Amino acid sequence: MQVARVVGDVVSTHKDPALAGLKLLILQPLGPERQPVGRTLVAADAVGAGVGEVVFFVRGREASFPWLPAEVPVDAGIVGIVDHWDIAGTP
Amino acid sequence: MLLARVVGTVVATRKDPRLESSKLLVARPMDPSGSPEGHYLVAVDTVDAGVGETVLIVSGSSARMASGMKDCPVDAVIVGIIDAIDVPAG
Repeated sequence: MQVARVVGDVVSTHKDPALAGLKLLILQPLGPERQPVGRTLVAADAVGAGVGEVVFFVRGREASFPWLPAEVPVDAGIVGIVDHWDIAGTP
Repeated sequence: MLLARVVGTVVATRKDPRLESSKLLVARPMDPSGSPEGHYLVAVDTVDAGVGETVLIVSGSSARMASGMKDCPVDAVIVGIIDAIDVPAG
């Protein structure tokens, strides 16, 4: 899993039927100093996250597991909202 | 998932039988502001997207969970047409 900041949201009306009702958010992955690292991506939200929050997300097929037994075509899913995180030795 | 812009089509007569009747499009991934990034890719279209549209692409093994893609040899599928992208400043 990776930590990221929610930086935006995406609206799609015409989409795979299995995606109906899912909230799609734009994530910017973060590094240990909370700096942006790598490309933004779109993730499905399983926990009620919102823009501006720091979250952790899972990539790959496991990203769809929160919606089991439904099989939803997502490859990135937000599975937790970070309250705080500390790494020894960093500000 | 990736945001991408559809930039072209692919025609392939000879292909895996499970890809018959699949529409293949060329897409260029982009960031939320619309700037292209990364490499072009070929994706199966399940939502009737067209050239010039902004789409949502699911990749990897999750792509096979898209509608009609069960057990198909695909790793990128267009699963949505994007109406709006909202990235508040800051």
